[in-house]
Amino acid sequence: MNNSILYRLDWVSLLIYLLLIGFGLTNIYSTSFSEASFSLFNWSYPAGKQFWIFCFSLSLLPVILYINSNFFEHLSYVFYILSILSLLGLFLFGQKISGATSWYIIGGVSLQPAELAKICTALYVATSLSSIQMDIKKGASLARIIFIVVLPMILIILQPDAGSALVFTAIFFVLLREGLDLRTLYISLGLILIFIFSLLFDPIRLSIALLVLFFLVYRIILFSFPKTKKTPFVLTLGLAVIFSFSVDFIFNSVFEQRHRDRFNVILGLETDTRGIGYNINQSKIAIGSGGILGKGFLNGTQTKGGFVPEQHTDYIFTTIGEEWGFLGSCGLILLFTCLILRILYRAEKHTQPFPRIFSYCFASMLFVHFFINIGMTLGLVPTVGIPLPYISYGGSNLLAFSFMLFIYLNLDFNRLS
Amino acid sequence: MIRKVILMGFTLGSSLLFIFQLMNLQLFNSDYSERSLNNAIQKRPVYPNRGLIYDRNGALWVANKPVYDLMVVPENLIAFDTIEFTSNLNITKEELLQQIKNASRFSKKLPSVLLRQLSMEEVALLQEKMWKFPGFYFQKKSTRDYILPIGSNVLGYISETNQNEIKTKTDYELGEMIGRQGIEKTYEKILRGKKGVQLFQKDRFNRIIGPYEEGAFDVMPQEAEDITLTLDAVLQGYGESLMVNKRGGIVAIEPESGEVLALVTAPSYNPNLLIGRDRSKFFRELVQDTISKPLFDRSLQAEYSPGSPFKTLNALIGLQEKVITSETLFSCNGGHYYARGAFMKCHCEIGTNSNVIKGIYNSCNSFFAKTYARLIESKPSAAEGVDLWRIHLEKFGLGDYLGYDLPIGKQGFIPDSNYYNRWYKEGSWGSSTIVSNAIGQGEILTTPIQMANFTATIANRGYFKKPHFKKASSEQSNDSLYPKNRTLIDAAHFETVIEGMHQVVERGTARIARIKDIEVCGKTGTVENFIRLNNEKTQLTDHSIFVAFAPKENPKIAIAVFIENGYWGGRWAAPIASLMIEKYLKGTVERRWLEKRMLEGSLMAEYEKPLSGLPFKINE
Repeated sequence: MNNSILYRLDWVSLLIYLLLIGFGLTNIYSTSFSEASFSLFNWSYPAGKQFWIFCFSLSLLPVILYINSNFFEHLSYVFYILSILSLLGLFLFGQKISGATSWYIIGGVSLQPAELAKICTALYVATSLSSIQMDIKKGASLARIIFIVVLPMILIILQPDAGSALVFTAIFFVLLREGLDLRTLYISLGLILIFIFSLLFDPIRLSIALLVLFFLVYRIILFSFPKTKKTPFVLTLGLAVIFSFSVDFIFNSVFEQRHRDRFNVILGLETDTRGIGYNINQSKIAIGSGGILGKGFLNGTQTKGGFVPEQHTDYIFTTIGEEWGFLGSCGLILLFTCLILRILYRAEKHTQPFPRIFSYCFASMLFVHFFINIGMTLGLVPTVGIPLPYISYGGSNLLAFSFMLFIYLNLDFNRLS
Repeated sequence: MIRKVILMGFTLGSSLLFIFQLMNLQLFNSDYSERSLNNAIQKRPVYPNRGLIYDRNGALWVANKPVYDLMVVPENLIAFDTIEFTSNLNITKEELLQQIKNASRFSKKLPSVLLRQLSMEEVALLQEKMWKFPGFYFQKKSTRDYILPIGSNVLGYISETNQNEIKTKTDYELGEMIGRQGIEKTYEKILRGKKGVQLFQKDRFNRIIGPYEEGAFDVMPQEAEDITLTLDAVLQGYGESLMVNKRGGIVAIEPESGEVLALVTAPSYNPNLLIGRDRSKFFRELVQDTISKPLFDRSLQAEYSPGSPFKTLNALIGLQEKVITSETLFSCNGGHYYARGAFMKCHCEIGTNSNVIKGIYNSCNSFFAKTYARLIESKPSAAEGVDLWRIHLEKFGLGDYLGYDLPIGKQGFIPDSNYYNRWYKEGSWGSSTIVSNAIGQGEILTTPIQMANFTATIANRGYFKKPHFKKASSEQSNDSLYPKNRTLIDAAHFETVIEGMHQVVERGTARIARIKDIEVCGKTGTVENFIRLNNEKTQLTDHSIFVAFAPKENPKIAIAVFIENGYWGGRWAAPIASLMIEKYLKGTVERRWLEKRMLEGSLMAEYEKPLSGLPFKINE
């Protein structure tokens, strides 16, 4: 038995996980390093805390691997209900830290239920989607899934912690994999493009451009398929134009200024390097100053100076960019890419839906964190405060994503049994 | 199938996008790394101590001393006892609070200067109580300490560079000390040394959090060199005390080397006034005193008619050009008609016959008028005569800045034929037109240092070395740095004139300048001078002048003394010059009565006369 576990375990993912944690600890140590040397094992420093949480989660690895896979599937609704209750409980017992009531503090240990809700939702979505009655192409089934995802999202948004809530949209990728109409993807992408372009240009000009574009596309298609009807094109165009104008309206009338600023800075409409743009500007300066090889461990001047806010949590990638340079940053990006692709690759091998869907949920949540966090740090995505899994300082996040990986490993090596 | 690769596609796409952006930021855009240096590292200059200044005998003259800027970091302030704090600082509570307000407007986290340049004494009282005043601290700086409070005109001063200067002087920081005048300016490079730099790691509030890379990139400052002056501090101080309550200048030169022994201008100021907190106040006072002009160096910048001492030069030129010999006699009838109805008075008795020696020691105007007329007329035209005369004078360093190592000076003026051709119709002027030049009046202008220099030239029997204030170092000898500038006059003629100058002191106009056991050679001068008062040319009391050197053989000191409105040369200038010579050659002054008279004598009443607005008498 023992030999077979060793043989069937996805060592590649586990190795990448350990590498990421090690690299993460190194950089947390660097961001909070001061001249007075301190031990990595000291609980009162971020790196030490992170280290002990890592040790704790690693100690649970054998336990999770030992559990029968069915356990996760059958008890997923219990976990889900518990996580919803823990989110609700925040409104009664939660601690307010920097504006958001997102934490329980029990005996000096702070817990963020939103992180655990990620696992539970993933498990429950996997269970629900894999049930025999489910057909995602039917409205009722889809509504049920959407409800499962949106409920924790709403509770998290109310904390308010929009960043964590955003991660739940990762389930969209799972739904696409499991048979959601692909047109939803195209429409979403189209809407995102129109959204960005309506902010960059004014809606009137955008509408004229859309009109010309649609006309040309219609003529080209008409050339190949002479019987194509005009109506869907006109309808889509009409909706696009309405959307464009409504974006303009919502952006200027519904959004608060701080939201508007985040988009404006990213889209280069404002160059405010002192106020709202400060974080992004400092982050780019720190990363840019790293060059090819970086300044070396503990040698980042921007990191030492504390120019970048939240550097050990959301902006940890700036330290990597500054101290480890282009090579280190690319290495990290490649590690993440490999991990996500590896999970997706192994997920497809499952014959059962539950393990596949759960692995997919895990991979897509990992992707959303990866995309938003690094994208934000590099100034490509509006500022949204979510951590980089395995790298950023944060116990709940580390625990949640460790457990998700361990469950994935469990499901993966039980595939053949 | 497409469903299986959507997320893979997104993942790969995002990775590529990130790597592309990383290349953009880290590989192709050096702008970001420069900005990183700018906002994360502070370069702080480290200044070496400014070079010390010694006198020719090794006496320390100018040193450095610490001063303290009182700094405040508004963020760290707590409520404190303002009365206790201000009581030692010579600042009112309101001023203090206003200053703190200004400072916090600049930055709450960064230090600002509250009070500049407090002395050690001012700081000492407060220093032990500083624990009661968090947020305040003292920052040490260095400033000049004038151990000997004399020679401000030679030393010059230093002050902080301003916003405008650092645009052109790129290796200076704002507020760095820079030499402004005198030695401090001329030898700025030597005295300044080479500053180093220390790099500090800053945090996001621009606060220093420690040395950058443990100081690995710091550059140590290069120590400044000290300077030894040619001045004799004792003589300089003595000269300054003799000039109290008088206006004018004293220049003493060692003839053989061209080293300036003393350069006194009066009135002057204590150089210690121009350091510390009240610098600007005192400096303004000095600038605003447009009557006595303490910042105007009369020994270098004042152009006067040289008067009778100039006769020695005319005698030399006359002898060299063979218009007279040492035996040539001219008679004087208490004056000299140089043209119809134009009479130049002389104090000789009627019927006096003078040769050149007697002409000098009696300062006979007629003798030199006749000599000068012969000189000018020795050439086919007066123009050529004047130009010949001028060539000789140029060899004595007249009409020239001399090239000494202080940043200020005046050229003086020796007219040439062009000058007179411009004034008069060409060919319509002759020796009689310009006869005033014979006795050092007229158009000629010289500065006291030029007069001391030509006296040194006579003492050297025909050459001078460029006057200078920094002693040649052991590597570069005086001779190689300062070659002899020779005149066009034969040595023998100098002996004649020097004999005349010796007689001036022995039996002539300056018997008061005689010093026991020392053969002094000199020449007095009494110079008429005019100012424009209420738009009228008004004559003031004559200037008192004396040039001298001693001893007669192997001279050690040549000196020019110029006392504004001191009346005749023997009255003020000759005694002062004589006391200076005695002090320098003997170390002490035996003639206490004369010294007392000079030290205590004042010409202030004389200087008040034209300012009083009332009619006044001159030459009383």
